[in-house]
Parts: sequence; structure tokens; C-alpha cells
Amino acid sequence: MSTTELPRIAALPAAEEAATPAPRPRRMGDVVTHGVLILGVLLFALPLWIVIMGSTHDAASIGRGEVPLLPGAHAIENYAGAWAGGTSATIRVPVAVMMLNSVVMATAIAVGKIAISLISAYAVVFFRFPGRMLAFWAIFITLMLPVEVRIFPTFKVVSDLGMMDSYAGLIVPLIASATATLLFRQFFMTIPDEFVEAAKIDGAGPMRFFWDVALPLSRTNMAALFVILFVYGWNQYLWPLLVTTSGNVETIVVGIVKMIGSEANTEWNIVMATTVLALLPPVAVVLLMQRWFVKGLTDTEK
Amino acid sequence: MATLELSGIEKSFGQTPVLHGIDLRVADGEMIVIVGASGCGKSTLLRIVAGLETATAGTVRIGGRDVTALEPADRDVAMVFQNYALYPHMSVFQNMAYGLKIRGLPTAEIRRRVGEAAELLGIGALLERRPRQLSGGQRQRVAMGRAIVREPKLFLFDEPLSNLDAKLRVQMRAEIRRLQKRLGVTSLFVTHDQVEAMTLGDRLVVMHQGHAAQVATPMEVWARPADNYVAGFIGSPAMNFLEAALAEGGAAAALKAGPTIRFADGPRPGADGRRIILGIRPEHVVPDPAGLVLDLDLVEPLGSETVAHGTLPGGEAFAAKLPGAAVSPGDRALAVALPPAAWHVFDAASGRRLDPG
Ligand SMILES: Nc1ncnc2c1ncn2[C@@H]1O[C@H](COP(=O)(O)OP(=O)(O)OP(=O)(O)O)[C@@H](O)[C@H]1O
Ligand SMILES: [Mg+2]
Repeated sequence: MSTTELPRIAALPAAEEAATPAPRPRRMGDVVTHGVLILGVLLFALPLWIVIMGSTHDAASIGRGEVPLLPGAHAIENYAGAWAGGTSATIRVPVAVMMLNSVVMATAIAVGKIAISLISAYAVVFFRFPGRMLAFWAIFITLMLPVEVRIFPTFKVVSDLGMMDSYAGLIVPLIASATATLLFRQFFMTIPDEFVEAAKIDGAGPMRFFWDVALPLSRTNMAALFVILFVYGWNQYLWPLLVTTSGNVETIVVGIVKMIGSEANTEWNIVMATTVLALLPPVAVVLLMQRWFVKGLTDTEK
Repeated sequence: MATLELSGIEKSFGQTPVLHGIDLRVADGEMIVIVGASGCGKSTLLRIVAGLETATAGTVRIGGRDVTALEPADRDVAMVFQNYALYPHMSVFQNMAYGLKIRGLPTAEIRRRVGEAAELLGIGALLERRPRQLSGGQRQRVAMGRAIVREPKLFLFDEPLSNLDAKLRVQMRAEIRRLQKRLGVTSLFVTHDQVEAMTLGDRLVVMHQGHAAQVATPMEVWARPADNYVAGFIGSPAMNFLEAALAEGGAAAALKAGPTIRFADGPRPGADGRRIILGIRPEHVVPDPAGLVLDLDLVEPLGSETVAHGTLPGGEAFAAKLPGAAVSPGDRALAVALPPAAWHVFDAASGRRLDPG
């Protein structure tokens, strides 16, 4: 059996198919499927395309109600203007500052949520202590309370603590995650008892087991969660809106909403440039973590 | 290297008693196999020795030192688990070195010990691999290696071979035995496989419902089982048990199947009519035209021998293992004799062995 023969044999059915026209119903099916797919792609891509194109024209052409589908000549000045100066609606806070604020907030929330969830899940799964189930249920029940329900008490606490208009105020109230805790709990429960027992016999205490075994085994889960939580933090709107009172810690999402809030003299070219800029960090995180992200969703290293 | 002494080990999980007072003395360098049916408490006993489970009562001494209250890490034991429990994110080397690293040995010493153990086990070329890149047999060796490098006082094995295919199991069995002899480390080995038990152990502990039914060498367990549970558990096909009663002043047994036959080795204590159980291994049954007629229902030719299953006149199930083709699959009946010299006599009430005297 020579290997050169194999491809020919494998290729045979395909060649046949090409020679004889496929039966009509199937053809129709193909056309419909592709039509739907193309429509879907257009629906997703078109707004993005319009925004990117819009961000390269001057204020006047968009102001006249044109929807530009081709690149204009003002890209550099729009992006530079947004980056350095923002718009009048956001009292000229540079987009660069808002981006930085958002990056800090989203990163701190994602890292904080993962760190705290890991530790609490570790405690709940691997230790027997009084009130363990109580702690677990307390975490579980907070899952059922949406942000909006606890927003006023949280606001009161944050303002009493003098954390308004600061990174701490932005981040701390969002830093614990019941969902992530439950996910890590489920993951830790799949770690075989024998690992714990082997570690005990080897003389590894709880801290060593955490660092040497539990943490490395959770790597892919952590990466996947980081992507999800970073995007979650990036997209926060309601809480940053309440807690920021000056431009100092304004986040990009809040900034964009403010920019288009005043119908009359919206600087659309700057808004669109800002929107494109706001897309970049989440996209970057997804791309950077993609390898781990997919791995985390499909296999756990066991 | 050390002795192990268990005295009065009891264990209950909540209200459920699992171990009922186990006593065992293991000599330095001895290999003890704990064998018994599933759920009889073998693993529990091993885990108590390891310190992973706390005994409800009793003491564990290793090398003369009372370790009952010590943590597993302080008992200086190493354990090989059924699923090997190799850390998937560590290389073979790291897996084997982990326990030494925690104990703070110098790197050079760790390298030396891991290198030696890997050489001994023939896994020197695999040290950089991850466990998932190994075959079952190789993982088994790594798990052994992890135990060996520790140079512990005691090896504990909990069914380490049961995830291997039959051929590899036989090979690893021999290898473990050779290694253990060479290293001379006192070992406890848990299995439910009687062949493994017979071939590996210096002595066996046959466990039955949380009791040690018999502690003896493999040959003694086979030749002089302490009760009818042990007698039925060890040996394949299993020993035949026949109902009988003492007769002729204790000098003979009146079988439910018919005849009254005199004991070969002297009278048993007790009044005539005392209910007893006669045990005879299938391989000790001999064909005899003048003997009991067995109503055959299954004949299994195995090549060098043939196993015939059937019922005795009294309705009791009975198996005979005969050399060559003494009986052919078409046969409906077989006449056999039960040589009294091969009998095991048990008290019907307690199941204990009844010896002459
Ligand atoms: N943590 C536990 N809680 C309650 N009961 C337990 C626990 N561990 C074991 N048991 C019970 O103790 C008995 C003995 O268990 P053990 O694991 O020692 O059996 P074993 O002889 O090792 O069986 P196998 O051959 O199946 O491994 C079983 O009836 C089991 O249900
Ligand atoms: Mg077991």
C-alpha cells in the first residue's frame, strides 16, 4: 500500500461531486445558508465599519447626516483630538485618561475577583471549619441579588468611607464574585482526593498545596475567567456613573455616553474615534488570552 | 526500615463499624498483603496506618514509636495509590522530587535519589515527560519511584495494579516483589486479587467484614484455612463445602450426600450429630467408579485439566478439577471419591476450623 495512492482515493468523491451537478434541493439549501450567513456578518460588521469610517471624516460631513462608507482624510486629527482632548460634553477630559481609568478598573476587578474567588473557593472545598456551609450559602445567595438591588446601600457605604471619585470607590464594591467563587469551587471539587492525600503524606501543608497544586491546575480556568471578567469590568456603566463626580476617574464607557448625551452639538467624528479606541483593550485581551481561553473552555489539564 | 505493630485497631464511620479490632505485627522488611472482598475495610486499615484516617480505637507503632497521634507527614511512610495520584502539571522528575523538595533536601541529593530510582525502575528516559504522556505501566513506575525516593520506613500500596491490563499486571507484580526484596522496606499491600496476594506476600491478612480472619503465610492459608470464609476465598475454583455431622464418636463424618467416611487424621471433638462442614478443594477430588455420583451440568476443558460442575445426590453444588480429559463435555454423570486426607473440617455454627484433638 503506497502512501501516494491515498490522496487520490480520498479525493475521488469530491471530484465526482464537482463533475455531476449537485441535486437541486441541496443547491437551494446552500444558497439559503450562505445568504443567512452573509446577512449575519453584514449585520455585525456594518455598524463597526460605519464607526471606523466615520472616525476618519470631519465633523461637518457627519453633521450633514451623511453615512460614510469609505475612508475620509481626517483620521489622524480625529484620533489625536480624542486622545488628547475629548469633547466639550466630557469637559475636555482626554480619552487617554478615561482609557487609563478603564484599564485600571477592569484589570483590578478581574484580578481581584479571581484572587478572592480562588481563596474563598479553596477554603470552602479543602477545609472543614464551623460555619463552612453557612459561608458557602451566603456566597451562593448573593448570586441572586442583582447589582441594582444593592446599589444604594453600597453607594451610602462608599460615600461614608470617603471613597467617592477614586479608584478604590470604583473597584472595591465590584471586587468579589459569587459566580467565580462557585466556578472555582466546582473545579476544586474535581481535584481527586488522592492529590490531597499524596500531598499530606509528602508533607505539603495547605499553603504549599495551594501554590504547588491547586493554583497551577487552575491556570486555564483563571485565564478564561480573566477574559470574561475584564470585559465585564470594562463594560461597567451604572456604578462608575454614580461614583465618579469629576473627570479624574471617569471611565471610557461613561465618557462615551456623556459625549452623545447632548443631541445638539455632538462632535460625532470624535465620538466615533473614541468608540474605536474603547474597543481596542478588550479585543487585545481576548487576542492575547485566546490560546488559554479556548483551552480553559475545552480541557482541564487532567 | 522498621517494624509495624497494630493493636486493637477499630474504626467506625458515624454509627457504622468498619473495623473490629485488628492486631498485626509486621517484621522488619516483611511484605504483608491485605486481601479480602470489596468493602471489608482493607483501604480503611491502610489509611489508618498512613494517618489519612483516624482510628476510633487502638494504636499504630512504626519502628517501635507510637505514631497514632501523628500527621501522615511525620510517620515517614510512602503510599502508592490506585490511580497513582501523579500531579498532571509536573514532569516525572518534579513528581518524584516533590516530597524531597518539601522536606528541604539539597538539590544535588534530590537529583541523585531521583536518578537512582529512575534507573532502578527503567524510567530514566522519561523524566522530562508529563504524566499524561505516559502509558499506564509507566505511570505505575513513576508512582513507585515517588515512593522509593523518599526512602521511607514503610511502603503502603492500595491496589496499585488494578488499573493495568492482565499481562502488565503480572509483570509489575513480579517487579514490585523484586524491588521490595531488594530494598528491604517493610510493606503493606492491599488487593482483592487472590493470585496477587498469594504471589506477593510473605504473609497474608485475609480480611472479612472488618475482622482479620487469618494472618499466615500464603501456603498455610491455602493448606490450613482458619475458617470456611478464608477457605472459600482463597483457591480457584473455590473449595467445595458439604454439610455433614460427626459420627462414630467423632471419628467419622456422616455426609448429607450419603456415605459416612472416617477422618484420615483422627477424631474431632464433640458429640455425635454435631453439625460440621466438610471442605474439599476441587483439585483434590479423584475419579472413582465406586464413589459418589455427580450429576454434571457444566464441563470446562482447560487443556491440561478439566473442571466439572454438578450436583451431589443431596442436591449440593460441587466442582471437581481433574487432570487431562478425564471427563468430556458430553458426559452427564461422573463418579468421584473424596479422599479424607484432603478434607478441611469446620464447625457449622461458628465456621472455625476443627482440628483433631
Ligand atoms: N469516609 C467514609 N465514610 C463512611 N463510610 C466509609 C467511608 N470510607 C469507607 N467507608 C465504608 O467502610 C467500608 C470499608 O471501606 P474500604 O474502602 O476500607 O473497603 P475496601 O476493603 O478497601 O474495599 P475495595 O476493595 O472496594 O476498595 C465500606 O463499607 C465503606 O462503605
Ligand atoms: Mg479499597
